[in-house]
Amino acid sequence: MLSIKNLHASVEGKEILKGINLEIKAGEVHAIMGPNGSGKSTLSQVLAGNEAFEITGGEVTLNGDNLLDLATEERAREGIFLAFQYPVEIPGVSNLQFLRTAVNAMRKHRGEEEMNAAEFMKLAKEVSKQVDLDPAFLKRGVNEGFSGGEKKRNEIMQALLLQPKLAILDETDSGLDIDALQVVSNGVNALRAEDRAILMVTHYQRLLNHIVPDYVHVLAGGKIVKSGGRELALELEERGYGWLGIKDEDTSN
Amino acid sequence: MATTDKEVKELIKREYEHGFVTEIESDTFEPGLNEDVIRRLSELKQEPEFMLEWRLKAYRRWLEMDEPEWAHVDFPKVDYNSISYYSAPKRPEDMPQSLDEVDPELLRTYEKLGIPLHERAKLAGVAVDAVFDSVSVATTFKEPLEKAGVIFCPISEAVQKYPELVKKYLGSVVPAGDNYFAALNSAVFSDGSFVYIPKGVRCPMELSTYFRINAANTGQFERTLIVAEEGSYVSYLEGCTAPMRDENQLHAAVVELVILDDAQIKYSTVQNWYPGDENGKGGIYNFVTKRAACIGKNAKVSWTQVETGSAITWKYPSCVLRGDNSVGEFYSVALTHNYQQADTGTKMIHLGKNTKSTIISKGISAGRSSNAYRGLVKFGPGADGARNFTQCDSLLIGDRCGAHTFPYIESKNKSAIVEHEATTSKVSDEQMFLCRQRGIDPEQAVSMIVNGFCKEVFKELPMEFAVEAGKLLEVSLEGSVG
Repeated sequence: MLSIKNLHASVEGKEILKGINLEIKAGEVHAIMGPNGSGKSTLSQVLAGNEAFEITGGEVTLNGDNLLDLATEERAREGIFLAFQYPVEIPGVSNLQFLRTAVNAMRKHRGEEEMNAAEFMKLAKEVSKQVDLDPAFLKRGVNEGFSGGEKKRNEIMQALLLQPKLAILDETDSGLDIDALQVVSNGVNALRAEDRAILMVTHYQRLLNHIVPDYVHVLAGGKIVKSGGRELALELEERGYGWLGIKDEDTSN
Repeated sequence: MATTDKEVKELIKREYEHGFVTEIESDTFEPGLNEDVIRRLSELKQEPEFMLEWRLKAYRRWLEMDEPEWAHVDFPKVDYNSISYYSAPKRPEDMPQSLDEVDPELLRTYEKLGIPLHERAKLAGVAVDAVFDSVSVATTFKEPLEKAGVIFCPISEAVQKYPELVKKYLGSVVPAGDNYFAALNSAVFSDGSFVYIPKGVRCPMELSTYFRINAANTGQFERTLIVAEEGSYVSYLEGCTAPMRDENQLHAAVVELVILDDAQIKYSTVQNWYPGDENGKGGIYNFVTKRAACIGKNAKVSWTQVETGSAITWKYPSCVLRGDNSVGEFYSVALTHNYQQADTGTKMIHLGKNTKSTIISKGISAGRSSNAYRGLVKFGPGADGARNFTQCDSLLIGDRCGAHTFPYIESKNKSAIVEHEATTSKVSDEQMFLCRQRGIDPEQAVSMIVNGFCKEVFKELPMEFAVEAGKLLEVSLEGSVG
């Protein structure tokens, strides 16, 4: 599904990704772990098309098509979804309006009829229950005054609504207490499907107890330094990043 | 209330959609202004003597006055002698008495504008007084209004039919010599609307006027006078468009509102005069004086305006809160793009006890435009317990535009309370990235973010207007991304 070859990217002239190679097939769940500053978030942002980053080399294809040629919104419509680590607020725009606009943009792209307000309300209410959000929050401004946990649940709810081909979850576990982590994980597990891939970016192993990955990759210094199965994460937890000769508090970004 | 993506696409593609010119014969004065022109105008309108005297007096005052230069706008001097001061669609005989008698070409113009004149008027329950260039063309819904005792007619008709009311109230809020443009308007105003709501009457429908400037090199000087007697209520809507022309056109209107004890006027404007092209060529000079006098106790007035048009806007809808416990409100969205310049705001003059005012101003600047809020909050010595709340927010799109805030506060009463909040924000890259990552077009994302920013003002608009205002913003923001 997703194929990354020798991807290089920089921000403000500083190279962050220094040759990433990764193959993700439909139905698989991959976890990317790594210390702070290793380039995990950059990889998520670059795949989603954040124009603040410059691609300086390599290629990325989605089902054989060149992803890097597409604008951010086109990538989204092709099925790339990014759950943000720090979702931004859009004051005055109701969550409901925002979500319906997004869902209808996707539907239109697929040649499907757009959903009217009543149909969408029904769908949104159902999905909000899946992540344990009170439907009243649909009327609030996008992320406006949301708690950290609500923001993260809102992101997963959007993934459930938009049904992407590839869901990238950027530090979705950060700032969550145990109960919220369980709710968010249930949401992510509900996303798992044969025709969908999930790429999780996380610093900590604990998320992987709830969402069990098929593959684990360790990112350090802008490169994948080790890949393995579920057991790699457990070993990392036990032995620390130092085991792979990586400093955990690498603050090079 | 999100518009569908398809609608939005079409809207974005459109440029200034009201920029067509209607081919109709018209009676137009030769350019130039002198006492003879005013006499001719007054004669043509079969005005009583007092009206002519009033106009001439205003003209003489105007001659002695200088054009104001304090506003934060920059434009070449207007040559007042190159403007024609009267243009009316030519009609076979007299004024048309019903819509059937109106030139069909003119009606098609209104259709193009989407004015709810015919069936749409009935559906929407809106009575429309449409002012085309200088003359009121048709006023719909006269009968049900008459039944309620409401007078809603062209002001030229009111001058003839209700001279006592006109004499009493015309110029009572904005005197002829109030300012340069008000004096000019008083001398040459050609038409406008007159509304009179009798004591205790709640106007059975929303009243509406659409203004359009069509003829080239014509100034439009309309005059609106609304009187709300004791305990009455009226909601009044005003919409404006003009064709695209390379020359600048002058629009100098005066609106006077008189509100007596326990009465309320809600005045909403969606202003979409031609703003000029993307290089700043052409467009309307919109120099308008709007003022409401809350004469009575517990009188209430609210101005709600959405301003997206005009090359230059110079406009400060104001409230004089004379009656005790009277309330003034000002809700404004002003959007400027390309080379547009706006200097707009309000004046709240607190004279009576316990008078209250609220100002919510939202300025949006894009392109190379300049957007200034100018507001005066004044408390007279008798304004015990008066208070004002002002919130002034600016939103910048891009990095070549400007936003300015000029708040003035004058207080002669120690018990008065003023609260002022101001913010400036940008449509951030992060917000845009979030929207686009969810598959939303950049143009649609900007318009959604801007609409959210304006929400507090839009909710004050009547439903129909709120939808129109939202769409207008989308069209006006075209090309502001990337």
